Amino acid sequence: MTATFEASARTAESTSAGRSRTRTHHYRGPLRPSGGNLVARYVVLGVVAVLFLIPFWVLIKISLMTNDDISKPNFVFLPIPPHVENYLTVLGDPGFQQALLGSVVMAVVSTTLTIAIAAMAGYGLARVPSRLSKPVFALTLLVLMVPSATTFIPNYIIVASFGWVGTLQGLIIPTLFAAFTVFLFRQAFLNFPRELEEAGKLDGLRHFGVFLRIVMPNQIAFVASLTVLGFVGNWNSFLWPLVISGDGFGITTLQVYLSTFLTAQTFDYTGLFATAVLSMVPLVIVFFTMQRFLVRGIAETGMTG
Amino acid sequence: MTTFAPGRKASSSRRHPRRGEELTFWIFLAPFFVGLLIFTLLPIAWSAVLSLFDAQATVYPTIFVGLRNYIDIVTDPDFLNSIGTFLVFTVFIVPVTLVCSLGLALLVNRLPHGAGFFRTVIFLPTACSYVVASLIWKLGLFNGLESSLANQVLALFGQQPIYSWLNQFPLFWILLVTVRLWLQIGFYMLLFSAALQRVPEQLYEAASIDGVRSSWRMFWSITWPQLRSTTSAVILLLMIAAFQAFDEFYNLVGAGPTARPPLVYLYNRAFTQQDFGHGSAGALVLTLIMVVVALLQNRFFGFGAADDDSPRKRASRKKVAA
Repeated sequence: MTATFEASARTAESTSAGRSRTRTHHYRGPLRPSGGNLVARYVVLGVVAVLFLIPFWVLIKISLMTNDDISKPNFVFLPIPPHVENYLTVLGDPGFQQALLGSVVMAVVSTTLTIAIAAMAGYGLARVPSRLSKPVFALTLLVLMVPSATTFIPNYIIVASFGWVGTLQGLIIPTLFAAFTVFLFRQAFLNFPRELEEAGKLDGLRHFGVFLRIVMPNQIAFVASLTVLGFVGNWNSFLWPLVISGDGFGITTLQVYLSTFLTAQTFDYTGLFATAVLSMVPLVIVFFTMQRFLVRGIAETGMTG
Repeated sequence: MTTFAPGRKASSSRRHPRRGEELTFWIFLAPFFVGLLIFTLLPIAWSAVLSLFDAQATVYPTIFVGLRNYIDIVTDPDFLNSIGTFLVFTVFIVPVTLVCSLGLALLVNRLPHGAGFFRTVIFLPTACSYVVASLIWKLGLFNGLESSLANQVLALFGQQPIYSWLNQFPLFWILLVTVRLWLQIGFYMLLFSAALQRVPEQLYEAASIDGVRSSWRMFWSITWPQLRSTTSAVILLLMIAAFQAFDEFYNLVGAGPTARPPLVYLYNRAFTQQDFGHGSAGALVLTLIMVVVALLQNRFFGFGAADDDSPRKRASRKKVAA
């Protein structure tokens, strides 16, 4: 498709520089887009980039204003002086602290265990011979067909019958068994060179040794991609935490905490926006340090996280 | 030990498993398999049972009602409206996201400078949750105050400010559609960018030698056919995502009857009204609809029939079913 632009760049060139030139100059290797075409691309992308950044700018701007400033009719481009104390107020709020703790524990524990469980199952399906590996894999594929979002009511019913509503285990445990992640690990392990594993076995390692010391360390980039995706997905997940946790319970997450203010009548905009900014901090850190893995994970799996 | 034995045809186990290996297999599989049974299959089974009972405010029902709940659900005007809401939403969100994400992927692809910057900026909202985005839209951009960006833009064009965006019929759709566009375009752009990089350069060279000059023709005769399987997967992913829309509807327009997609309807039925019988029946009906749509899409658009049938592609097709 770059060639799409290359081609149009050439068309532009040919009209300006005369036809004879293009005739003798059919293909000039890996062409680069040039001229007016390129300028147009940068202009469009520049506008899009500004549009995409506006919501972040508004988020940060309001978090640094006072509620009085917001209600004034005049537009504020940047709050001067910035009211950083909004953030200190939020950080000292026990409600926020509890929600932050809930989110951190949920995202870390859930992501780690999901990956560990799925990696083990994937390895078992790919490499350990068993009479039942086919039926178990068929069952995994069947479960893939069930849309995860519509199972929140059945899951709630089970969790409720265990008496786990409003508990950490109710929040975390039902999310740990990801058929799609098992499927991805199985594919990755099937493509893993068998020779390396055989070498490990010659050195006296058994299946667990091969799995832990040879296969997993060699698949670390793949594991990192799935971990980052899983962390983003868990951190931002809303529906399941909404039905299973919340204000009345001992456990809540940042998304649910923010939503309770968002769906009720709120007057403290600045505090709420500061809370939202703080809720994004871990993800922004993950995003900028692990973007490589995030991008790779999405490109390889088509997963939203 | 069981009649399940697949016999000699089993290809995943190249040789006959030794006794120790059967045990090892189950040690590797046990955590996942047990979890799958208890937290996926058991819930669905229990839900199927509950859907046949009057389960008001309880998950241990006693009054058997047969298919009553199913009939109630599919004849409930609110349920039908929720499907209508999904259709309206899909008609806007799917084509617009598709065109924008493909267009941006084309614009950014092999840009001499700054490609990484533009990709990062457009991808950045992926790190934002629907809840935070809804907050920015509802209480920031469109909060109805004169100082808000939306009203400032209106003032720029000499229009009166709009004080309430979420209570007026077509207006709340602007918020619902734009918030999702902002959140998901970067993700699909990434899928298209990855697909574009897999299009063989020689095809363009060949077309160029064959005298294809216009970028328009180059796109339709080479790029678009090469992206066929990705486009098809993206359409299905977008439709599934739209069908499962919950977060921004819940947080922006609330539980009100204005715009209530299927999952919000289900949530209200099961949790606001504490009616798990109807909730279970509705969940199973929706699950069935989604599985059928996925199979139909698979049949008519035929994933991967075109260019690329790598394991990676197959994997993303499997995800599509999930």
